[in-house]
Amino acid sequence: MDVRVRAFMIGVRRGWHEFVIGLRSPQDQSFYVLMGLGVLTLLWFNRDDVLEGTTLTVPQVALPSLLAGVVMFSIVIGPAYALALEREDGTLLRSRVAPYGLHGYLTGVGVLTVLSLVPLLVIVLAGSAILFDGVVPADAWRWGLTVLVLLLGILSNLPLGFAIGSLVPRIQQVTTWGMLPIIGLAWISGIFGEMAQLWGWVQVVAQLFPLYWLGHLMRYAFLPEAAVVGELTGTWRIGWGIAVLTIWTVVGSVLASLLVRRMSRRQSGAAVAEARDQAAQFVR
Amino acid sequence: MFAGESASNAGVSAPDDPAPVIQVRGLRMRYGEHDVLSGVDLHVHRGEVVTLLGPNGAGKTTTIEVLEGFRRPSAGDIEVLGVDPLHADEPWRARVGVVLQSWRDHARWSPRDLLDHLGAYYAAFSTAERPRPVPTGELLDLVGLGDAADQRILTLSGGQRRRLDVAVGIVGRPEVLFLDEPTAGFDPQARREFHELVHRLTDLEATTVLLTTHDLAEAERLADRILILAGGRIVADGSADALARRIRANAEVRWTHDGQRFVHATDDATAYVRQLLADHPRGIEELEVRRASLEDTYLELVRAHLDAEVAHTPVGLVSGEA
Repeated sequence: MDVRVRAFMIGVRRGWHEFVIGLRSPQDQSFYVLMGLGVLTLLWFNRDDVLEGTTLTVPQVALPSLLAGVVMFSIVIGPAYALALEREDGTLLRSRVAPYGLHGYLTGVGVLTVLSLVPLLVIVLAGSAILFDGVVPADAWRWGLTVLVLLLGILSNLPLGFAIGSLVPRIQQVTTWGMLPIIGLAWISGIFGEMAQLWGWVQVVAQLFPLYWLGHLMRYAFLPEAAVVGELTGTWRIGWGIAVLTIWTVVGSVLASLLVRRMSRRQSGAAVAEARDQAAQFVR
Repeated sequence: MFAGESASNAGVSAPDDPAPVIQVRGLRMRYGEHDVLSGVDLHVHRGEVVTLLGPNGAGKTTTIEVLEGFRRPSAGDIEVLGVDPLHADEPWRARVGVVLQSWRDHARWSPRDLLDHLGAYYAAFSTAERPRPVPTGELLDLVGLGDAADQRILTLSGGQRRRLDVAVGIVGRPEVLFLDEPTAGFDPQARREFHELVHRLTDLEATTVLLTTHDLAEAERLADRILILAGGRIVADGSADALARRIRANAEVRWTHDGQRFVHATDDATAYVRQLLADHPRGIEELEVRRASLEDTYLELVRAHLDAEVAHTPVGLVSGEA
C-alpha cells in the first residue's frame, strides 16, 4: 500500500477515535443536544404558520433550510476551531514529527468533522419527525437525494473551515472570522426565513456563497413541487446549485491546502511554548 | 577562552566516521537587527550523546529547531542524516525522533492509544535493522508508564507526561533523537530515571542524541561531549572532564585565624597557601581549598561572552529563548 494511503487510513482511524471519545464526553454531548434543541425550538414556535400561497407549514419549509445552516456551521467551525486550537496546544506539531503525520492529522480532522454531523442530524430529524407532521420526507428517492446534497454541502464547506483555521492568528478569532460571518450569511441566505424582503444586491451576494445553494438544494430534496413559489426566481435552479457548490469545492480545496501548508510550516516547539506561556498569563 | 581549541578537538574524532549524523556549518539566525546565532559550527557522530549547554536566550532551542526542520535559518549549511532538514521529505522524518514538550494536546487520549496511533505512521518505514514502530507495550514499560497506560493523558503527572513525550519521540526507533530541555520540571527521582532511559537507548539502539539543558550535572552525567553555546557561538566543545581540566579554574581558599573566618579566591591555590602558612607561623585553623566546579567555570565562561556581546548590542534586543 502506498504510504499516503496508509497515512490516510491512520487519519480515518484517528478521526473515528476522536469521535468516540467525544461521544462519551458530557461536553460534546451537551453541544449536540443544545444545537439540536435550538433548531427544534425555532421550528416549534412557528409550527402553526402557513407559507403564503401554499398549504405548506413553516416547519416544513424551514427544516431543510435550517439543516443547511447546521451543516455549514458545523462543517466550517469544526475544522476552524480544531486547527486554531491544536496548532496552539501542539497537537499539529506532534503530528508533523511523524512521517506523513500531517496527512493523517488533517484527514482525522475532516473525518471527525463529518462524523460529528451525524448525531446533530439524527437529533434534528428524529425530533422533527416526532414533533411535526409531514416535515420529514417519506419516500426513499428523496432520502437518496438528501444524502447527495449533504455530501455536496460537506465537500464545498470543508475547505472553508480548514482555510479559516489556518488564517486566524488565535483561537478567539474563530468567533470573529468564522461564527459571526456564518450567522450573517445564514441571515441573508434565507436560512431563517424568506429572502424576498432583502435588497437586491444582498441577494446577489448571498448567491455567491455555498450556503444559499445548499439550502436551495435541500428544499428541493425535501419539499413538494408547489414549494417552488417560495424560491427567489420561482424556479428550481438545480444545475446552478451543483455548479456553485462544485466550484467552491475545487477552488476551496486548492486554497485550503496552500494555507494549511503555510500555517503548518510556521509551527515549532517555541511557538507552542509561547502560546502556553500566554495561556498561563490568562489564568493568572 | 578556548574557542580556538574546539575545532582541533572536534577534528580528532572525525576520521572514525567520515559522515557525521549532524553537521552544521556557519549557522546564523538573525531576528531584525540582532543575531541570536552568529556562526554555529557543530557535528555529531553516530551513537554520540551530545549536550548543548547555554544560558537562556543563547539560542539552544533555535539551534535544535533548525536541526528538526521546524525553523528556517538566516544562513548556514545544515545536514541531518545527509539531508537539509528544511527540505527533507517525509521518509526522513521516519528516521528522526523529536521529543516535544507536551502541554494539553491529546488530553482525552490514553498513552496507549496515542502511542499506537503515532507509531502506525512508522510501520511503512520498518527495516530489518530497525523494526518500526517499537511495540507499544514494550515502549510503555521502557519509559515506566505501564501502570498509567490506559489513563487519560489529562490525568498524568508532569513527570509521567514527560516520559510519554520521550516515548512518542522514540516510537519510530529513530537514528537521531532531539530533546529540548527534556527534564525541565523533573524531580530528582524522575531525572535519575530519565538519565537511565537515555543510556539504555544509546546502548541498545546506537541512537545519536542531541539534547539541550541548562543543568550542568545532567550534561556531565549524560553526554559524551558537551557544547557550550554563548554569545551566538559554540564557545566550548569537549567531554566534561576535558572542559574542567582545560579551564584554568579559580580556587577558593578558606581558613580561620584568631576565631575569624577568611575567604580568598586565587588562580594559584598552592602558591597562595604556601605563602599563607609562611605568614602565620603560629598557625591557622580549618584550612580548606576548594577547586572551582564545572559550574563555576561554565558561569564565568558564559559571563565573559555575554559581556563581550552586550558591549556591541542594544540590551533591549536580547530577547528570550527565541
